Formats: sequence, structure tokens, C-alpha cells
Amino acid sequence: MKALRNYLNKIKPNFEEGGKLSMFRSVFDGFETFLFVPNTTSKSGVHIHDSIDSKRVMTLVIIALIPALLFGMYNTGYQHNLAIGADPGFWMTFLFGFLAVLPKIIISYGVGLGIEFVVAQWKKEEIQEGFLVSGMLIPMIVPIDTPLWMIAVATAFAVVFAKEVFGGTGYNIFNVALVTRAFLFFAYPAAMSGDQVFVRTADTFGIGGGQVVDAFSGATPLGQIGIAGKELIGSFQAVDVLGNPLTTLEMFIGLIPGSIAETSVPAILIGAVILIFTGVASWKTMSSCFIGGAVMAALFNLAGTTVVMTISPIDHLFLGGFAFGAVFMATDPVTSARTETGKYIYGFLVGAMAILIRALNPGYPEGMMLAILLMNVFAPLIDYYVVESNISRRLKRAVK
Amino acid sequence: MANVIKIKKGLDINLKGKASDVLLTGRKSDSYAIVPDSYNGIIPKVTAKVGDRVRAGSVLMTDKNRPEIKFVSPVSGEVTAVNRGEKRKVLSIVVKPDAELDYIEFGKKDVSSLKAEEIKEAILEAGIWPFIKQRPYDIVASPSDIPRDIFVSTFYSAPLAPNFEYIVKGQEDDFQTGLDALAKLTPGKVYVGVKKDSSFQVAGAEVVEIEGPHPAGNAGVLINHIKPVNKGETVWTINPDDVLLIGRLFNKGIADFSRLVVITGSETTERGYIRTIAGCTIKSLVDGKIFDGSEHIRIISGNVLSGHKANKEDYLYAYDNQITVIPEGDEVSEFLGWAIPGFGKYSVSHTYLTWLTGKNKEYVIDARIRGSKRAMIMSNEYDKVFPMDILPEYLLKAIIAFDIDKMENLGIYEVAPEDFALCEFVDTSKIEIQKIVRNGLNLLYKEMN
Repeated sequence: MKALRNYLNKIKPNFEEGGKLSMFRSVFDGFETFLFVPNTTSKSGVHIHDSIDSKRVMTLVIIALIPALLFGMYNTGYQHNLAIGADPGFWMTFLFGFLAVLPKIIISYGVGLGIEFVVAQWKKEEIQEGFLVSGMLIPMIVPIDTPLWMIAVATAFAVVFAKEVFGGTGYNIFNVALVTRAFLFFAYPAAMSGDQVFVRTADTFGIGGGQVVDAFSGATPLGQIGIAGKELIGSFQAVDVLGNPLTTLEMFIGLIPGSIAETSVPAILIGAVILIFTGVASWKTMSSCFIGGAVMAALFNLAGTTVVMTISPIDHLFLGGFAFGAVFMATDPVTSARTETGKYIYGFLVGAMAILIRALNPGYPEGMMLAILLMNVFAPLIDYYVVESNISRRLKRAVK
Repeated sequence: MANVIKIKKGLDINLKGKASDVLLTGRKSDSYAIVPDSYNGIIPKVTAKVGDRVRAGSVLMTDKNRPEIKFVSPVSGEVTAVNRGEKRKVLSIVVKPDAELDYIEFGKKDVSSLKAEEIKEAILEAGIWPFIKQRPYDIVASPSDIPRDIFVSTFYSAPLAPNFEYIVKGQEDDFQTGLDALAKLTPGKVYVGVKKDSSFQVAGAEVVEIEGPHPAGNAGVLINHIKPVNKGETVWTINPDDVLLIGRLFNKGIADFSRLVVITGSETTERGYIRTIAGCTIKSLVDGKIFDGSEHIRIISGNVLSGHKANKEDYLYAYDNQITVIPEGDEVSEFLGWAIPGFGKYSVSHTYLTWLTGKNKEYVIDARIRGSKRAMIMSNEYDKVFPMDILPEYLLKAIIAFDIDKMENLGIYEVAPEDFALCEFVDTSKIEIQKIVRNGLNLLYKEMN
């Protein structure tokens, strides 16, 4: 490693102001701090610092995402095999999914980081690591058959208009990955919903070709719920791609059609444990989000006038992007409420709103994305009232 | 039974290099100095000239706006230099000491028979006044104010901090006299914070026991939990070591600035207390007590959280009773440091696997910032180490925006930069929080006066 360090020290002057490669200074800085922890020492204030930095935080979120990502890859292959009626074994199934998902990850990182690099150089700032997480989230929350060019366009839109125009990492109002998803959803509705996009029926790089079986239907459970008519109240049964009934346990395990990494609750919960234990994400936001969703679903159960209202709270929390959103999206510290009391309120409203949208909006079978984006807008307001209550308590103290 | 304040939020950083209660011998300091940067809220006006003969207690400089506040020579001798920096800013006024110290006689006085004005006069005259600080603004107190209460915390809770019970041994009378004098200056009470279960006894003051991790012993925390400062109120704070100065002034009749300084930190070879006089050189304290030949060390006048970086040639800062020596760390380059498990890397969060190594492990932490500056990303980091009824993140944002109404509402009058030290330590975004708070207080003081 010493040789690498020496090499970096040798080429560094080229990138400083006035050097022949100074136009790539941010990129160089970015790579240098990526390879070696900066050894700048403190000049003012505290003389020692905690080892944590934002790179470490982002790294941990990525680690927490890995179980869901791996499961998503396997599930992609699994659903595909169900569709074509093949069983090539565990590794081939995983390989199929891996190859199907990998290009999306590459495109998302390539486009997003590319824009970040350019903007950082333009603003003469160090490249920041915020996109490492967003870039991983984006391919995880889209349907498997989303065309790559759409992901590229949407990522570019989100990075520029949801992040950079607000000032970059730490200043954005909306969750960048969700803006990407929302952009895809509203700009290319046909490619983002319906029965055709959640299960890959074609081959990937020549692997896994085959004829789709007759019984196949690629609708997600939430999609099936969304289109089920009133006559099915009481007798509705979600089914897998071959029409076999799905149990609650199967919905929990997650071998069902859906966006790439959102289906498996156990994999997501492993991530949740990592995030909570390391202190990176707030258990308050997470738990109150689940509670909010469950309470709202229970209320709808009482009404029970459509099929979606009769879905049990447990099924609601297991289906669609609810768990994934609650664990990885709602807890984004930048766009969620920042006060401790605010986190309970924010999480609860995200959960409640997601179920509300599912139940009452006929257009969108899934409500998590819109619920979180909506609450992103309200997070500062929630914080405002929490801060105001602190202020008025302090003022009362003075009067006393 | 005294009141007990239990602090839950906070953090005790278990650093290597604790001092035990032993007395060491230091070298003789070849010069003493007043460093105006030690004090906040004053504009130095130098009254001594190079070549002047001074006695211990002779005035070297005053505050330009409040000339009754005097800064005196801690020793007798000759003024050898008035060092100035950019824009003729006074850096230090240096006195070369005599072999035998010659003190100005201020006269022994019985505190109980003195009026408040006389006590004030005596403290000002002997140059001990600058050790009394006020909230709001955390600056040298104004003699014209009448404080609501006075707070003294004898619990030094910062990392590797000295043990006041050891310092005060044999000087209990001076401490009591000092408290009696302070009690006359306020219509309210003198609150003395002591560490829980300490055997410390004082009379005529309200004793409050404090329990919990740093910053439990900070005066700011004491104030916030006993009787917070509201707008328009003024309270004074003073370090217990400096209460001894006041006590000695009345008991002995001289300005005796001698104090015990504790030598701590992982890079020291010998640790313990040194008896010296305020304003001595750092060299006289650390020579022979740190590893020879090591360039990559950092000497701090004070503790690792709120102290000042110093060279051997510098002088002990006025309020300090501690020297900490830690590795500088500027020669370390850590490959992919953000990705490794990091068993030995100290972090409050569980983001490194250090938590596996147990709670009693002592850490050597160098002065590296360990990251780059970012916008505030993580929430709730500061709250966990900020045991006051104040929202630190929002107060900080108000200070950065310099929104005076918000600052007032969110509690700017109750805080000192040191109260934010742990926030700065744990901060993922590596923001210079104490600096922001200090600048905010200074600006606000200018705006309000």
C-alpha cells in the first residue's frame, strides 16, 4: 500500500490548482479519499474525532442492502424459471438474476456518479459519497424489465433536479432514489406497471431462454388486489405466477413477483437489524412506520367495502414495497424528520399514508413510494412544530 | 442530603494516559506570560512596557472597554517581550521571573466583614477577576453586573481531567473563603457541583451532586439542570481551581497564582500533578515527561475536547489545569479505512467492530479528523451527547444563519462552546461546531452591546 501512497503523492501536484490535470481535481480528491482516509488533523475545536465519517455510514447502508439485493437476484431467476417452467438449479437461477440485475446497477452508478463528478468539479468541491447509496437503491426498486435507457434518463433527472439543484448531498428535500422511481412511474407508466414488467420472460445474455408456460400471469399480488372486483370480497386469494394460491408465509419469504429487491421481508429485516444496531438508521422511524401501516390497514378492515380494504394488516406490511420503503427509504436521515419526536410522527404518517393510497387510489396499486415522497415534503413542517414546542416550553420557564 | 442530578446523555471517552494522584516535579519555567487569547470578551490594552520591573500582582494589561478588569503578572521579574501578531494583535506579554518572588501585599481580609463592593474591588485589584466568567456569552464577567447565581463545578468530567479532590487537599480553607467571597457577590446562591459520592464538604453554598458521563461536570450542564439562564439574566461561573485564588487573596493577602497542573495523555512517560504558577511555559511542564524525539505528537493545553493546541514554547492557557499529549497522526495513511472492520477504531456508533473489544479498553486516539467535512447528514447524533433541554442541531443552524430571534429562543444564552465539544467529537460530518458556537456568541455579544 505504501507504493500506492507514494504514487499518489507523486502525481498529486498535477491535479492541484494550476497543474496540467487540475480539471480533474475533484475526481482525484475523490479517489484519494476513497483509497486513503485523509490524514488531516484537527485545527480548531476538539483534538480527537470519532472514527465514523459519512463514507462509513454509506458503506454500512450498502452492506445492509446486500441481503435484499442477493435475494432479489435469486428471485428474479426463480420467477423467470416459474414462467418458462424450467429448473436449472440454484446457481443457474441466481446467475440468471445476477446477469439481469447487474446492468441496471452499472447504469445507475455510471450515470449518477458521472453527473456527481462533473458537478463536483464544476463547483470545485470534493466528490461526495451520497450517491453510493442512491445508486444502489435505484436498481433495487424498479421492475426487472425496466429498459436500461429509462433508468439512465430517470437517474439523470433525479440527480440533477432532486439533488444537485438543492446543493448536493445533505441538502436534498426528496429521496433521490424515490424521485427516480417516481419519474419512471409517471413518465413511462406502461413500462412500469401492469403484468408484463415484474417477471422477466425473455432470456438474459442467452441464458434461460424458453417458452412461457400457459398458466403464466406476471401480476404482482398487489396488482391482483388492485383489479379485484367487489364480488371477490371474502373470497379473494392472491396467487403466484402460475395461479397457485399464496400463503402469508410465502408473502413473508418473498418468492413472489415484485420490484427487484422489495419482496423478501426476512432479507430486508436483516438489513434493518444492521442499520439499527450500527445506529445508522432510526428505529423510531422504522417501527412507527410499520405501526402506522398496520393501524391504517386495521381501520380499513373495519370498513371492508373493497377487496383491498379486506387485506389483513400483516399481509399489507409484507406485500409490495412497504417493508423495503420503511427500512431503507423512510429512514433516510436527510429527507426524513430530524427531531426525535418528529420521527415517530413522520414514520407513522408514512405507513398510514402508504396503506391509504393503496386502499383508496384506484390508479396505483402500491402507495409506499408516493407516501414517502409526500412525507418528505412534510418532514420539515413536523420538525418545525417539534422545535416550536421546545421553544414555547423554554419561554414558559422564563415566565415562571 | 444534597440534591442529586443524574445525567444520562453524554460520553466518557476512555483514553489511555490517565494520571494517578501523585505529585511530580516540573522544570523551572524560564518565563511566564499572559496570553490574551485565553480570555473571551476582552480587548487587551497593554499597560506594561518591555524592560519594566514588575511584582507578582502588578498590572500588565487591562480590558479596553472595561478598564477596571486588570490582568496582572503572576510572578515578579522583568517584562521581556510584548509579542504581537497580525494587525498588532497582542499574543503574549512575557515576564522573566526573579529567583525569589516578590508579591504585592493586598492585605489579609476577613471576608465576613466585607461588603460586596469591597470584595469586588479586592478581586479586581489583584487581577483575579478575569477568572470569573459569565453566561450568556461565556466571556469574562462584567464587574458592574449583579449575577443571579454563581455556579462552581468541582467535577472535572472531561477525558483524563484532573481530580479536584486531590487538587484541593490542604487548601480547603482557601476554597471555603473563596466561596464565602463569591456568595457576597450574588443575591442568589452559590451552587457547587460535586461528583456523586464524593466526600467533599463546603459550607454556605448549595451543594449539588452530579452523576453521569461527560459533560456532566460542565458548568453549563449544572446551570441547565438547576436553574437555566433566561433572557436578561446573568449568572457567573468559575473553575474551582480559581476559587482557590480568591480564597488565597483574602487569607494570605497576595495574588498567588500557583496551581496544580495534571500531565496526561498516551504520549507521556510520566503522569501526575505538577505544582506551578499560571502562565508558565508548556516546556517546563512536559520536558522529560514525553517520549523524546517524537515529532508526531500534539501537546494540548487543556483537555482533548476543549483545549488549545500548543508548542513547547507556548504558555499554559489561563484557565487550564491540564496538559494532554496525544499522537498527531499526520504520518498515518490508512488504506480503505472506511471499509475495514476496524477493531481498534474508536466510535460511539457501532459502525466499526470496536464494540466487540469490550467497554474497559483504553484507546489511543490521534488528532486526525478521520473524514471530510460534509453537510449535516445524520440526525440525532448531537442530542445523544448533549444533556440539556436544548435542541443542539437547531441551535447550531440558527447560529450559522445568525438568526438572533431563533438563537435566543433555542437557548444560545445558556451555552458555552465547551458544551458542544462532544457533539463535535461524534459528528459524522466533521463540522467545527465549537468554532461556530464561539463565533456566534461573539457576534451576538457585539450585536447586543
